[in-house]
Amino acid sequence: MSVDTILSFDEAMEKYDPVLGFEVHVELNTKTKMFSSAPNEFGDEPNTNVNEVCLGLPGVLPVVNKKAVESSILIGLALNCKIAEHCTFARKQYFYPDTPKNFQTSQYEDPICYDGWLDIELEDGTVFRVEIERAHMEEDAGKLTHMGGATGRIQGADFSLVDYNRSGVPLVEIVTKPIEGAGSRAPELAKAYVAAVREIVKNLGVSDAKMERGNVRCDANVSLRPHGQEKFGTRTETKNVNSLRAVENAVKFEIQRHAAVLDSGVLITQETRHWHEDTKSTTSGRPKSDADDYRYFPEPDLVPIVTTAEWVEELRSRLPEPPAERRKRLQSDWGYTDLEFRDVVNAGLMDEIEETVAAGASAAAARKWWMGEIARRAKVADVDPAALGVTPAVVVEIEKLIAAGSINDKLARQVLDGVLEGEGTPAEVVAKRGLAVVSDDGALQTAIDEALAAQPDVAEKIRGGKVQAVGAIVGGVMKATRGQADAGRVRELILKTLGVEG
Amino acid sequence: MSATDLIRFSAADMAAKLAAGEITSVQLVQAHLDRIAAVDGGDRGVNAFLHVNAEEALAVAADVDARRAAGEELHELAGVPIAVKDLIVTKGQPTTAGSKILEGWMSPYDATVVKKLRAARMPILGKTNLDEFAMGSSTEHSAYGPTRNPWDLDRIPGGSGGGSAAAVAAFEAPLALGTDTGGSIRQPGAVTGTVGVKPTYGAVSRYGAIAMASSLDQIGPVSRTVLDSALLQEVIGGHDPFDSTSLTDPSTGLADAARLGNVAGMKIGIIKELHGEGYQAGVENRFNESLELLRGAGAEIIEVSCPNFGYALGAYYLIMPSEASSNLAKFDGVRFGLRTLPTEGPLTIERVMGATRAAGFGDEVKRRIILGTYALSAGYYDAYYGSAQKVRTLIQRDFAAAFAQVDVLISPTAPTTAFKLGEKLNDPLAMYLNDVATIPANMAGVPGLTLPGGLADEDGLPVGIQLLAPAREDARLYRVGAVLESLLEAQWGGPILDQAPPLAESVVEPVETAAKEAK
Repeated sequence: MSVDTILSFDEAMEKYDPVLGFEVHVELNTKTKMFSSAPNEFGDEPNTNVNEVCLGLPGVLPVVNKKAVESSILIGLALNCKIAEHCTFARKQYFYPDTPKNFQTSQYEDPICYDGWLDIELEDGTVFRVEIERAHMEEDAGKLTHMGGATGRIQGADFSLVDYNRSGVPLVEIVTKPIEGAGSRAPELAKAYVAAVREIVKNLGVSDAKMERGNVRCDANVSLRPHGQEKFGTRTETKNVNSLRAVENAVKFEIQRHAAVLDSGVLITQETRHWHEDTKSTTSGRPKSDADDYRYFPEPDLVPIVTTAEWVEELRSRLPEPPAERRKRLQSDWGYTDLEFRDVVNAGLMDEIEETVAAGASAAAARKWWMGEIARRAKVADVDPAALGVTPAVVVEIEKLIAAGSINDKLARQVLDGVLEGEGTPAEVVAKRGLAVVSDDGALQTAIDEALAAQPDVAEKIRGGKVQAVGAIVGGVMKATRGQADAGRVRELILKTLGVEG
Repeated sequence: MSATDLIRFSAADMAAKLAAGEITSVQLVQAHLDRIAAVDGGDRGVNAFLHVNAEEALAVAADVDARRAAGEELHELAGVPIAVKDLIVTKGQPTTAGSKILEGWMSPYDATVVKKLRAARMPILGKTNLDEFAMGSSTEHSAYGPTRNPWDLDRIPGGSGGGSAAAVAAFEAPLALGTDTGGSIRQPGAVTGTVGVKPTYGAVSRYGAIAMASSLDQIGPVSRTVLDSALLQEVIGGHDPFDSTSLTDPSTGLADAARLGNVAGMKIGIIKELHGEGYQAGVENRFNESLELLRGAGAEIIEVSCPNFGYALGAYYLIMPSEASSNLAKFDGVRFGLRTLPTEGPLTIERVMGATRAAGFGDEVKRRIILGTYALSAGYYDAYYGSAQKVRTLIQRDFAAAFAQVDVLISPTAPTTAFKLGEKLNDPLAMYLNDVATIPANMAGVPGLTLPGGLADEDGLPVGIQLLAPAREDARLYRVGAVLESLLEAQWGGPILDQAPPLAESVVEPVETAAKEAK
């Protein structure tokens, strides 16, 4: 594999203006596939979630999944797209063994969603509008694994394995218009755009939106042109960049590589590129030209999809609050500083804190627990805080126990441990571990009497007016009650016992 | 009752005799298996069947007989056997589409129409021969040898469904299923003296019919009488959620229409463009005779013009291969069917696909795949596929205008009677012209029926009369067809097939074994 020369990013930016474009494929989480009744499940035994339709056996016909159409419209609406009143499917034809029919049923001339936009907020708050060309429905291909051979590709492999579980899974492909004017923020914008799309489809509940599983896949198009030139340069399309960081890095790398190629006086080859996470670089894929002939023609086995205004409006009424607006509202409701709020967002704990507040905790307490003890334990366990096993209800209950004086902060941490160890609800953990603050004055009085008897000289000092010496007696009582006493109450009782005003 | 008598009944009469307890389904199925064994195999056999399904057919028959004996209420056609064109997938029997590329392939699922046959408890006798992937008008493009016309074993039985038509004409089955993309049910019906119907597009589910051209394909009935086709269409028709192009209309009222028995006051249109020049004199004579009979029965005969029908054949030969090139892409040796490795050079996936398709497809299939691939290619799409779709719209308008004037249209089904085997094999254009009168119905999605119109004077071979009706008005075909059939049979003194020369029966081994080993 030859290593490409690249220019430094700053130098590339000095000389050239990048133009981006994205094709993001979103796998829908419908129960069944796009055109067949086979289950749409990730991670099952290969070739078990298949039937004759998604295997493309002779004689089969497709039937459109209505739920997938609804999910597609929801995505379109969330991307501020127009929804076609009438649209059709088409066959995109190419011979490749991941596509059992040797054509992919997709949409071509008339996508279901078109002409939308999405405002992308960059880290410093700059808002960048990305225009959406279209969002269309199609089916996923099967998954090929090439065994043997040097390249990991079908050419040169000893044999290839295919899993058709993914064949026919509903996809929505979201295509942007060319994105101009991002300048040196192009890599950051790329990452933020894909993150925003991912957040939208997750929020809509139409996709599991896990990039590591390929639920959201991004092909990133990059071209460079000299500053001031209107005509776009030749683009490359980097395929299947499967993490947000990879999107940013791949765009950055391609900008640097293009700049070096152009500087050397060579033309960019229009082609697909493959991103390699290990080397943080791309390698040449297959040549791709606008004249690639997929021999598209209208899918004769399917009738057109007609969307009525009532249907679209009904779907629109199901739309959740747009993520950016929701963030603004929550920060204001919770009264977090910008820094506090960004930390919450970056930790991915916005949903948990919202639920915790909704369940009755204060915003401050919710943040304290999720960003503190829970996040710390999650880090130790190497899991997402949300996946640790603490529910908003647990946080609320612990807070209530503290407020009622039943436990103190130190005991609360032990309660959390108990909950995580499966000992039950916080109240149950308190009972089982005997963690309740000792608030029985009788029991405390006995401990106080014993502590005073053990330190008669201290008792005498207090009687004599040295009230600050009471700490030593309090300490003795706390020790005797293994920390389970309410220190404030202990102090009161000591002073009362000695007849001293506190 | 002798076995010879049994097989010559119509399906409706067989059903009546079964219901009356005069015969059993096992007797009926066995009689047909015996007939298949006697006339289908050998050098001069009809070769209508690619697979004979003796064991299952007899088991279904025995089950029907037992249920009937137990007093169970059964479907009208329960126990009446049927043959299925080998383009339609069946569990338990191979489905080849007449192609080497699917030799021995066993479908893991049943076509919707096959499920309906099973639900009606109709024993399936076997799978019938066809031009490879239904591409042809003579059944000579079958990879398993041509079917012979029972009227003259040196002649073609039509195509692509020559197997189904010949099986019915040779009394090897009372009923059969066919598929019709440009005439594959009707043209074989015409040249074998049988009845065949291409229903309205969407009236019968296509699920499980191996697609040639999805927007044109339609499954339909093949029989010896108009009523039998009506009964069979009622069994196989109706909405199917597995076929998005399937209509929601119920499949009822067709047999009633066939039994109605009058055409008085109906307006019947002769299509100016579908007779005369290019049509054999004997065909033209029988056509005129049918017009006179209908006129005599009180129908009004009007001439209508469908000026764009002249472009139908050309447009058809762009749309059909375009869709076929796509539908046949799945036959690549990767997942099922034949796999052929290249004899030399590197072993890549593309080359294995190429070698498989080179070895597995016949010339006509390759011809159409190449035509279709070309017609859909960038830069040619608008001129070819696009223009052809426009012609299709014009043909639909011609039909709409014609049906504004008349209730049904009438024409000869095919321009000629059956030609000799091999006669047109090397002249694809001459072969394609056989479908000139049947193609317009597919292009517009309207239903068409063929029934025997008598024998041509010059060669004594059957002539087909075609009736066409507006979409979803299949009942009109059965109504008019049954009336014309009875008028003609009154003239002939019986069914036209009574005039067919008897087939030499090879006296063979014990029948059951023979049936199983027929192929």
